[in-house]
Amino acid sequence: MVAHAFAEPIIYPAVGASLDVEHISHAFDIDGSVLPVLDDVNFGVKPGEFIALLGPSGCGKSTLLRLVAGLEAPRSGVLREDGDPVTGPFPSRVVVFQDPTLFPWRTVWNNVALGLEAQGILKSQRQRVDAAIDLVGLSQFRNAYPHQLSGGMAQRVALARALVNDPKILILDEPLGKLDSLTRITMQAEIVALWQRKGFTTLLVTHDVEEALFLANRVIVFSDRPARIKADIAVDRPYPRHRGDPELAELRRNILGLLGLDATW
Amino acid sequence: MSMYSASRTVAFPQSAEEGAALEGHSLSLPASIRAGGVGVFASVMWVGFGLSCLLWPDLGDWSRTHELAVAAFIIAGGVLAATASGKLLGRFGRGLQQRAPWLLVLGLFLSLWEVATAKFAWLPLPFFPPPQAIIEVYTDDLPKLLESVFASVKLQLGGYAIGAAVGFLTGVSIGWSRSVGYWVHPVLRFIGPLPATAWLPFAFFTFPSSWSASTFLIALATGFPVTVLTWSGVASVSNAYYDVARTLGARPSFLVLKVAIPAALPHVFVGLFMGLGSSFAVLVVAEMIGVKAGLGWYLQWAQGWAAYSNMYAALLVMSLLCSSAITLLFRTRDRLLVWQKGVVKW
Repeated sequence: MVAHAFAEPIIYPAVGASLDVEHISHAFDIDGSVLPVLDDVNFGVKPGEFIALLGPSGCGKSTLLRLVAGLEAPRSGVLREDGDPVTGPFPSRVVVFQDPTLFPWRTVWNNVALGLEAQGILKSQRQRVDAAIDLVGLSQFRNAYPHQLSGGMAQRVALARALVNDPKILILDEPLGKLDSLTRITMQAEIVALWQRKGFTTLLVTHDVEEALFLANRVIVFSDRPARIKADIAVDRPYPRHRGDPELAELRRNILGLLGLDATW
Repeated sequence: MSMYSASRTVAFPQSAEEGAALEGHSLSLPASIRAGGVGVFASVMWVGFGLSCLLWPDLGDWSRTHELAVAAFIIAGGVLAATASGKLLGRFGRGLQQRAPWLLVLGLFLSLWEVATAKFAWLPLPFFPPPQAIIEVYTDDLPKLLESVFASVKLQLGGYAIGAAVGFLTGVSIGWSRSVGYWVHPVLRFIGPLPATAWLPFAFFTFPSSWSASTFLIALATGFPVTVLTWSGVASVSNAYYDVARTLGARPSFLVLKVAIPAALPHVFVGLFMGLGSSFAVLVVAEMIGVKAGLGWYLQWAQGWAAYSNMYAALLVMSLLCSSAITLLFRTRDRLLVWQKGVVKW
């Protein structure tokens, strides 16, 4: 359904927004003690870029995504979308979480329609919902309830629910983390194709080095908590990429080295 | 005999199985008769019930014995006819076939009841009236009974609707707003667990009419479980749902109406179910003590006059009404919660 997009050259339509992460620090209060999670994180993202955020488990990557989404405000620093400070959630920055978190009382169609309904524009824009469901190849399941879907299908619905809003920044919080490896490989290709077609800026948190290298223009490697940027690596390889690419293998070795795992490779 | 059968290895159990299978087979030969077999027996049993009414003279003075026997014969004929033409009747025929064992047992029960009361008085009269005495109540005292039913339904509906609505709104407010919770929660903890019937004396001298007092009590009995369950439903909604909705541009009103409430609905229905049960109890007590109408009052009145058949007749009606109310609630729930897996069928 989306495979044909693979052959197209990389184009960055002006849909994506730029994102500036300026000296962001954040901490949580846990039982009276302060737990720092982000320490002066500073980087910029160009419109339409695909950034992967890699780092040890629990280092604060997902917290950074929540800040970008506007679900929480940082303790210090500023986030800017196209130069404007982020002050709260807005449908131009949509998150796909690790769990699909579909609303079990809504059908696939109504789940995908959620954003348009919340913004009060569903009545005039119903065809966008159909288009988003078609885009992820689930038109046969539009009247199914979430408990009738497989894990991969549910995550596709979650993707459609995000894409129907035509986000400028798509925030992916380990969206493929809980899927089986075959579904994961299929959906990685689908995500690349959608990104190329739509041109949104993408932020992906992942634990999977290979996934980061297969998908992203840039891989930002974080340290242990509190997260600091350890390396910012450009992945200058054309799409579609191949998992056996020797240059990607070299990058992978470097990154695993940064994460202290090179002995296993 | 099986020792010499063709299969010698495990001859004995196998032959037993074969025997059973054969027996089953011979029974199933005319398939329609086997399928209708229980129906035929049920029909016979109802004929038996009719005969039990006619064979012996009544020990008491009941005017409907003859009609009851005729009705039993008509039912027997109906069951037989429906069994014979089962295929033609479609869904009704299948439903009847499924319930045939129950019809059979019911016929047996009625026959025993008839013989044990009206004919030989094995059970002491007047505490155990025969079926015809109860039929007599339905035919001769119908207006008063209907009036009581109407009064009860009216009282119950009003009180339940008020209690459910107030309980639901209170529950959502406590679950959603910390400050509402701060003020309402202690009051709820203090007043809620008190059985609503404990308020009876207070309600009957405070409220202007016994009707408003009873409505208040029924609403109270309904409201407490509905409030608590709605509250816990709203409180247990996963934050992830709110996060998703917020990133998609949802305002607070959307979060309450389209996220919190639908997610809490399964809990709300448990509360509505519990509230229905306790409100029935309050309804009957209120009618027995204060209200001068309704089935509770009818029961009390019948007991006072030692009109035991009226009491049983009213009990039967009451049980039908309560059961229908619960059926209606469960149907509504099934309709609203189709998205849930494995809900209990009432």
